Amino acid sequence: MTERMLLRAEALTKYYGEFRALHAVSLGVGAGEFVSIIGPNGAGKSTLINLLTGLAQPTSGTVRFKDRDITGIGPVRLAKLGMARSFQLVQIFPDLTVLETLQAAVAARLGRGRRLFASLTGDRQIQQEAVEVADLFGLGGRHALARELPQGDKKLLDVASAFALRPEVILLDEPTSGVSTGDKTKVMEILVRAAKTIGLQAIIQVEHDMDIVFGYSDRVIALHQGEVLADATPSAVQADQRLVDMVVGRRPVRHPR
Amino acid sequence: MDWTARGRQMTVLPLVTAAVIAIPWVAPIYHVLLMLPFMAYGVVLLGLNLLFGYTGLVSFGHALFIGVGAYTAAFLTGMFKVRSLEVILVTAAVVAGVVAMPVAALCVRYVKIYFGMLTLAFGMVFYTFLLKFYKLTGGDEGMPVARPFLLGRDLGAIPKTEYLAGPYYLYSLAVLVIAALVMWRIVHSPFGLCLKTIRDNPAKAETLGIGVARYRWAAFVISAVYAGVGGALLATPIGNVDPTLAYWTHSGNIVFMTLLGGFASFFGPLLGAFVFIYLQDFVMSVVPFWRLVFGALLAALVIFAPGGLLGLFARRRARELV
Repeated sequence: MTERMLLRAEALTKYYGEFRALHAVSLGVGAGEFVSIIGPNGAGKSTLINLLTGLAQPTSGTVRFKDRDITGIGPVRLAKLGMARSFQLVQIFPDLTVLETLQAAVAARLGRGRRLFASLTGDRQIQQEAVEVADLFGLGGRHALARELPQGDKKLLDVASAFALRPEVILLDEPTSGVSTGDKTKVMEILVRAAKTIGLQAIIQVEHDMDIVFGYSDRVIALHQGEVLADATPSAVQADQRLVDMVVGRRPVRHPR
Repeated sequence: MDWTARGRQMTVLPLVTAAVIAIPWVAPIYHVLLMLPFMAYGVVLLGLNLLFGYTGLVSFGHALFIGVGAYTAAFLTGMFKVRSLEVILVTAAVVAGVVAMPVAALCVRYVKIYFGMLTLAFGMVFYTFLLKFYKLTGGDEGMPVARPFLLGRDLGAIPKTEYLAGPYYLYSLAVLVIAALVMWRIVHSPFGLCLKTIRDNPAKAETLGIGVARYRWAAFVISAVYAGVGGALLATPIGNVDPTLAYWTHSGNIVFMTLLGGFASFFGPLLGAFVFIYLQDFVMSVVPFWRLVFGALLAALVIFAPGGLLGLFARRRARELV
């Protein structure tokens, strides 16, 4: 682990009624890291992400971001502090255009939302940054409505709007889900390039595709039944076949046809 | 918006405005007077649509704020002997805004039907207040509204219809135009964009750092201010304000007007108000059961043209383009 911890979770436990979704999960993410969280369905990945982003309250434990307690802080304040997230199920604004979506993110980040009578089109900074992000993500049809985009572009737009917040840390819940296998690498390349451009300090992702996980991560955290099974480098995790079987589950192996 | 749409607006708007200015000189007095409620409702609907079309919240209680505006006019001209319409409109805006602040704070915690029901409930509370506090409000008899001064000029000497069809008409039009220009700025501001994100996907808006409740609150208060101004503008042509102004069917009517014109466009509600008022006038003159006709119309509208009249127009245009 690097010296400067950006995000630190300590002994996170979460119960839903009698069901224990997470048990004493501790982890830290430092500047410059790309961390993947893996695990079979029901391992507690989504719960963990929701706790890390302050969306839900843990039963016990704390989450600190830049040495600040962000446990259960909620998405609005979290975004202002510099952490952004995207969801597993694509979240868009159906009746806004690509550019409007990105403009909204930029406007929110700059605190321009309070400007009742200012002209949006006249706001150079909002316009320019939105275009930059659209270019960065290769979103060509800027004036297309979000609901009319192909599924893959919807996903990209969702992630792009999180990047438009220029966060320090971003949490991506399955950034390549719903993206065709052939396009997954393309999406990841875009993400990594965009992260460098905006000066993102750390990426945390939940991902099922092991090629993506092992190909891009600096560190892999494996969850199983709500507990951390492993927290190690990709090569160390990959070398442990028993571990891989456990967290990947009995997923059908994809054979090229 | 694409450029052709903007270009069309740039040609249609000045024409419509010129036609509306010309009406007092060319149209029979009866139709000129019908335009007065249209312009007053126009102001109300510009505000209502900020909440409805742009923020995605349907209020069934906005007649409350029309009532607040209208009674402000009655109180000022009667009890306080304030006759300046400028002062009346500004006071109505402030009073409606102040009343809206706590009401909005409670209502915006809820969405969809719960929001609608809560606004309805507040509307009914105010209606009952107007009805029962007889000594203050005149109960169901209401209160008279004295003829206001326009731009500091006492126009008491000219006959009432002449006053209404002449100076008051142009004054109302000016208020509507200013209200529309201000609202145009608001919906095209960063604030307006944030409202649209909330309408489309509040959960996603929050992840972008947009505080949904605060924006909804602000949109509600602004819409109430517009309803207050519209109510004050409506008071003079009515001449006597009464509690039915705040009754829930009145709230329903303005929602109907918005649906009729089309809430998805900026000018849709204005078209809706215009068609509603003239249609109501026409149907009432032909048959005694206008509510039946309007009920059927509303049903047909929701089923066949959920986008309203402008929605129909846009759809036909889209088909032509394909």
